[in-house]
Amino acid sequence: MPSTKKAKRPKLAVFKFASCDGCQLSLLDCEDELLDIAGAVEIANFLEASRAVVKGPYDVAMVEGSITTPHDAERIQQIRRASRFLITIGACATAGGIQALRNFANVKDFISAVYASPQYIQTLNKSTPITDHVFVDFELRGCPVNKYHLVEVVSALLNHRKPNIPNYATCVECKRRGTVCVMVSHGTPCLGPVTQAGCNALCPSYNRGCYGCFGPKESPNTYSLSEWMRDSLQIPKPDIVRLYRGFNAYADAFRRQSEAYEK
Amino acid sequence: MKSNRVIKVDALARVEGEGAIYVKIRNGQVADVKLKIYEPPRFFEAFLRGRRYTEAPDITARICGICPVAYQMSSVHAMENACGVKVGGQLRALRRLLYCGEWIESHALHVFMLHAPDFLGYEDAIQMAKDHPDVVKMALELKKIGNEIVQVLGGREVHPINVRVGGFYRVPTKREFAPLIEKLKWALEASLKSVAFTAKLPFPDFEQDYEFVALRHPDEYPLCEGRLVSNKGLDISIAEFTEHIVEEHVAHSNALHARIVKRGAFFVGPNARYSLNFDKLPPVAQEAAKEAGLEPVCRNPFKSIVIRCVEMVFACYEALRILEQYEPPDRPYVDTHPRAGIGHGCSEAPRGILYHRYRINDEGLIVDARIVPPTAQNQRTIELDLQNFVPRHMNLSDEKLTWVCEQAVRNYDPCISCATHFLKLHIERE
Repeated sequence: MPSTKKAKRPKLAVFKFASCDGCQLSLLDCEDELLDIAGAVEIANFLEASRAVVKGPYDVAMVEGSITTPHDAERIQQIRRASRFLITIGACATAGGIQALRNFANVKDFISAVYASPQYIQTLNKSTPITDHVFVDFELRGCPVNKYHLVEVVSALLNHRKPNIPNYATCVECKRRGTVCVMVSHGTPCLGPVTQAGCNALCPSYNRGCYGCFGPKESPNTYSLSEWMRDSLQIPKPDIVRLYRGFNAYADAFRRQSEAYEK
Repeated sequence: MKSNRVIKVDALARVEGEGAIYVKIRNGQVADVKLKIYEPPRFFEAFLRGRRYTEAPDITARICGICPVAYQMSSVHAMENACGVKVGGQLRALRRLLYCGEWIESHALHVFMLHAPDFLGYEDAIQMAKDHPDVVKMALELKKIGNEIVQVLGGREVHPINVRVGGFYRVPTKREFAPLIEKLKWALEASLKSVAFTAKLPFPDFEQDYEFVALRHPDEYPLCEGRLVSNKGLDISIAEFTEHIVEEHVAHSNALHARIVKRGAFFVGPNARYSLNFDKLPPVAQEAAKEAGLEPVCRNPFKSIVIRCVEMVFACYEALRILEQYEPPDRPYVDTHPRAGIGHGCSEAPRGILYHRYRINDEGLIVDARIVPPTAQNQRTIELDLQNFVPRHMNLSDEKLTWVCEQAVRNYDPCISCATHFLKLHIERE
């Protein structure tokens, strides 16, 4: 980042909540860019990568994972206060993640189902996205995030511009790649028409339907897609419910559609 | 030196997930050791119920971003076991190839980015890169090649999309694989250099009488299949896993502690695999191990860093062998038809054996799921290491003692996200 002030690199911090670590790992998976990123910013808190911890305030905080414990609900407040820009990375942080499947059940049943001493359990009834708790400056979608999107967001924030991340449907990416539509050509159910682009329409290029890793696109017509899957493809309703209840199950559009079909 | 002290690491760095260490020293003796895991619960076993058997590889991959392939392999094997299907030939070879990609990626990450900085006194790999730029660049390139295997075959490096019960959704052509062959030849050489580099690190003299547990296959260094064996008499099929290995609920940790019935703690992961399967390594890896000064059995957990490099040599060699003999199969998968029953799967995740068991009904819906990840199995052993290691280093300052305790934990490359995929215990804060 060109700057008139000398050697004052912006501070980047990475924090984790309930998640699999995959989105943070995507930053370490930027093998070609990693040393450049480390040169451009001061990595002030990134426990997965370093035991060196620098105190805030931070210029950019990246938050992975969803809020599932009372302690984490407090911790996110502290992180927000210490951060100039807060961006969420991945489906857990932006939609509650796969662990939000508890939101459709009674968490007490979950606990007693898998567990010897339920009295020790300390967990919230719901897994919620970061934006339910604090103001979020930018949400980066994906399960996992696209690593090039990560680089783009960091670069955009540090250069005071808007990140250039697509908000159209996965279908657009299929068309660009020249992938034949899996729904039209072999009747495979696919969330592509209602899912935000970002993975370069990976699944259809491997002959399978999209299962919604990037969550709902802007104003998705889930109603129409579901009717089409049910009536034209003869997909049973419970399978359609399961399709929406994946890694972005608690994102509004997917949640409402799955609930409508659960009845 | 103070004879009463408490060593605390509130948030372990350079491990996957969130954990802490607590060591209490009273009158110069180790009075208490706790590896605390406070990662939040995620309840995978609970919400897998009612999902289709075909969804297990996509869902369980989300337990871990570093070793999703391990979750996918253990789950597809378990489901095929339940359905009475065996996957052989090129499809089986491709599964090994995918796993090799994950081993290369995960081992390169752990060896150079998470573990080597400990031995050399750096807080992270980025600091290390200033003094050892060639080593860090080589490591990043190795890691990238591992990731490329997973990407070409699996679709993407984190949470691959191409794995299904019965095989793959689509198999790559020879042409898609071709660029990997030259890269893997380089990676094999780089892995050999890694062995030589890590062999020269300063190792504490610390050997313990562990019970090593790993898969063992009659013809191969184990990845997805085999019997479960140990150096103390265990020799069972994976279907017998829960009869011999039990999990206990201990008050201070958020993940369950596993032990072998009537014996106790055991050790899974690179040291165990290597020590139980040295004879199955290809000659190039055996030679590299010998030159690095490793015996065929290695009881020093700090030397796991060298063994990981030896296993990278194996993984590059094996991946090359598979690619050079690759002929695309006629179909990308074999058909599976669900039937009511129980299926078991166990594979060698980079950190050790990962066991899955599912009960499915005749519609193919999951009725019950059980997943035992490697870190839960190693937890007790990690604590015992600290208990035995700390007394030898009482003369160190608190700061240095803290760091060596962290290092002793990082020997295991513990994956805490994996270990606590469904549990959370209440933690008493000191």
